[in-house]
Amino acid sequence: MAAGRHIAWFEEIGLGDREQVGGKGGSLGELRRAGIVVPPGFVLRTAAFARCLESLERDAPVRAAVAALNGEDLEAITACSKALRSRFDAAQLPQDVLEELAAAQERLGRAHPQQPVAVRSSATCEDAADASFAGLQDTYLWVRGAAQMLERVRSCWASLYSVPSISYRLKHGIPEERVAMAVVVQIMVDAGTAGVMFTRSPTTGDRSVVTIEGAWGLGSAVVGGEVTPDRWVLSKITGEISVREISDKLIQHVPAAHGGVEAVAVSEERRRVACLSDPQLQELGTLARQVERHYGRAQDIEWAIDRHSGAILLLQSRPETVWSARDAAPIAKREEDPLMHVMSIFGNRPCR
Amino acid sequence: MRAKSCAPVRLTLPPRGQEAGAGRATIHTHTQSGAFPAPSSLQVVAGTERAQAAYPYYMQFTAADDQRFWFYNSMHFPEPMSAFDMVTAEAAYCALGSSTTRVHCLPTTLGIDYRIINGRVYIGGNAVTDPAEIARRTGEFQQRAFYYYGNWERLYAQWREKMLVLIREAQALPKLELPEFEPLANVHAGRGIASNHRLLETYQKALEGYFRMWHHHFEFLLLGYGAYMTFFAFCKKAFPEISDQTVARMVAGIDAEIFRPDEELRRLARLAVQLGVDAEFQEGRTAQAILAALGTRGDPGRTWLEELATSRDPWFNINVGDGFYHYHRSWNDDLSMPFSGLPGYIAQVKAGESLERPIEKLQAQRRQLIQDYRELLGSEQEREAYDQMIALAHRVFPYVEGHKFYCEHWYTNLFFNKIREFGSLLAAHGFFADTEDVFQLTHYEVEAAIIDLMTSWSNGSPPRGPEHWPQIVSERRAAIVEWAKHSTPPALGPVPDVIDDPAIVMLWGITRESLDAWLHAGSDADSRELRGFAASSGVVEGPACVVKSVEEIARVRQGDILVCQITNPTWAPIFQKIAGAVSDIGGSMSHAAIVAREFGLPAVVGTGTATSRIKDGQRIRVDGGRGVVTILE
Repeated sequence: MAAGRHIAWFEEIGLGDREQVGGKGGSLGELRRAGIVVPPGFVLRTAAFARCLESLERDAPVRAAVAALNGEDLEAITACSKALRSRFDAAQLPQDVLEELAAAQERLGRAHPQQPVAVRSSATCEDAADASFAGLQDTYLWVRGAAQMLERVRSCWASLYSVPSISYRLKHGIPEERVAMAVVVQIMVDAGTAGVMFTRSPTTGDRSVVTIEGAWGLGSAVVGGEVTPDRWVLSKITGEISVREISDKLIQHVPAAHGGVEAVAVSEERRRVACLSDPQLQELGTLARQVERHYGRAQDIEWAIDRHSGAILLLQSRPETVWSARDAAPIAKREEDPLMHVMSIFGNRPCR
Repeated sequence: MRAKSCAPVRLTLPPRGQEAGAGRATIHTHTQSGAFPAPSSLQVVAGTERAQAAYPYYMQFTAADDQRFWFYNSMHFPEPMSAFDMVTAEAAYCALGSSTTRVHCLPTTLGIDYRIINGRVYIGGNAVTDPAEIARRTGEFQQRAFYYYGNWERLYAQWREKMLVLIREAQALPKLELPEFEPLANVHAGRGIASNHRLLETYQKALEGYFRMWHHHFEFLLLGYGAYMTFFAFCKKAFPEISDQTVARMVAGIDAEIFRPDEELRRLARLAVQLGVDAEFQEGRTAQAILAALGTRGDPGRTWLEELATSRDPWFNINVGDGFYHYHRSWNDDLSMPFSGLPGYIAQVKAGESLERPIEKLQAQRRQLIQDYRELLGSEQEREAYDQMIALAHRVFPYVEGHKFYCEHWYTNLFFNKIREFGSLLAAHGFFADTEDVFQLTHYEVEAAIIDLMTSWSNGSPPRGPEHWPQIVSERRAAIVEWAKHSTPPALGPVPDVIDDPAIVMLWGITRESLDAWLHAGSDADSRELRGFAASSGVVEGPACVVKSVEEIARVRQGDILVCQITNPTWAPIFQKIAGAVSDIGGSMSHAAIVAREFGLPAVVGTGTATSRIKDGQRIRVDGGRGVVTILE
């Protein structure tokens, strides 16, 4: 079954397709290319958003309304946001888009019957690498059924017109014509353990270690900062685990009965138990290295372990920005006379 | 090596009255708050004043020493020193200072001062702080040290030759004899010098050779460590979370001399199986009994004994300590240590293990490790600097690893055994009850006793020594027993702003972390956790076998966790039996750490207090990756 104009399966895309599939969609496709297992799914391309936007523009201006706003005028932004969001929420999708979306969902559902999906915004703009912009749009977890999915797709589009999103674009002078949004629909991982990992130490900038943070349940509790995760540091090269901090994990996120997630208390006996075994840590470390090698730069990665199969899946990978921006002068350079290096030890008390 | 980097090391003020070895009686009576106790506040243990006075005047603390910072050199001198053994500090610091102050002219440091109280050796650095003087010494250093680095291989080859000459000279020293009459042959040859003079000549040559050996010991050492530290400091900056042991593994040699004694043992184990004489090696059977049994096994037994002889010379000249105590005997002097390892190795051979160290595989692993870290560096410029630094570290490190066998082991054994011969001669003439008593005299006093004996032989009167020495010897023996019961502060005197003396940082690894560990040990003696240096990664739990001296080594059982003051390559044979190792003393580049990594055993070294805080038989957990030991019961 060939995908239509508006749908792209993860296996068909990569980072180079960000213009059509957004940053998140491109990154998931790229991870698959790197041989990494990600939860299966597809992307509703930006073209679908564009067509919806065009039809809304025919009724009343959308982009021009945003462009006309004053970034300082929060009241006006709020009013505009409210109006635009309700227009997107009520928007009629073109028939061919609806058909392609239904076909894609059916195909996904056949392969993974009864499985809820995550519907995630995958925005694109000129500076798509800018993680702070990507973080402003919404993600919906544990979405069940075709109707709910469709509703969430519109919500994702609408989140492009949230107050923070609009403010951000106004503040950074991002032109409205370059803003578009794809939507990722992928099978939800029923995670027993989930978290994040950094291929460069967030605390020291060390490139030779992977820092892994994890907690029980869905990763949203870790990403949202609702639980203090367990933390490990392992060497990329020797696999040695130099830090093991097991925290008191009071709550965990679990799927809610009617979609979405909810926080529940972790049982007394599991609270202070490490949420990952050493073999799992080593496997995560290997994956982190694989992703980093593929991209050729340090990455921040979201991961989850399927509660039923025990499989490790990656949900997202973003370039690390903090330490990479700090790299300035090299620690040491080649010396004409290599012996001059020893003067750093014997010489003029250089560190004083 | 365990220093973190070239960053200045800041000492924190210890809370009042803290010291290493908590739980034992304390010596000093008061501590000024805001500083370590002043040397003058340390008291000589009551009843040992005369034993303390035996040490030469230049080793005694004086009032002026209160103005300086000192620390207890527990790394080299973990136990109270007998009067004679002080020569190991004396000769070593004399040679170390010559190298740093006058031969290679390290820009920022002169030599090490040392003092002794209650048998404990305290040392203090002698920093150069005047920028003009540092600049002047930098010029000198680069003409001298850089020449050594530039000509390392040639000079090191020459060094080995010099050491072998020195060893041959020590081996050639004559047997000690005082015949009733001068041999006729000497008289007819017109020798003109009587036999008693030979004693003085031999003693002085032995002592002179020992002092000379230490100059050779330090000829390259600081430069070798410095090149290693350069690479180490770079790695710590580039990879702040890299473990010390990983850097050590990148530099450490694969086929260094320190592995040889143990390799010889493995060879002998294979040979025993091949020759079919392996049944003679039973756990618990003495070395003497095994040797006697092999003597009755015809050609195979004889062949094995011949091969043993080739291993013994020189590889069994390794001593069971670090060469600083006369009672750390060599494998050659006491075969029980190497023989205790043979049954285990033989069992492994019979189980089909080759026991060969996979040299090529280990070398390939080391290359890969270096390559993997290189790839992770941030820029091509850093990679070029890394290449230069690791290349220099690899060139110089064979000396750092190899010198100990020649100096602290082989030569030192010859020296102590020669002194033992004097002890035996003096004992035979009634000076001592026991040969070993000679080590309770200073080297000056030994010479006096020898001259006493020479005089007695020449004038026909009885020597005076038998009335003089026995009382002194027993007094000093008692003092050492007493001193060992008392703990001693880890440091003395005013707290310096920084410790950045490269000699101290390199040789003792005195860092903020190590001091914190000592202080923590003092303040929290009830804690079930001990911290040390992460020497070899892995986690293991098991019963502790606390071995306070080498004589107790036979108690170590399969699966025990060895807890000891210090280990060295001599102990390698028992590493096959144990599940992990913990030591009071040592850094991540110490031989114990290297051997533990080689055997893949979790190890924590340099805990400071493991042998006093862990009880024999207690269950403990060793986390060698983090450097933490936990007492579980």
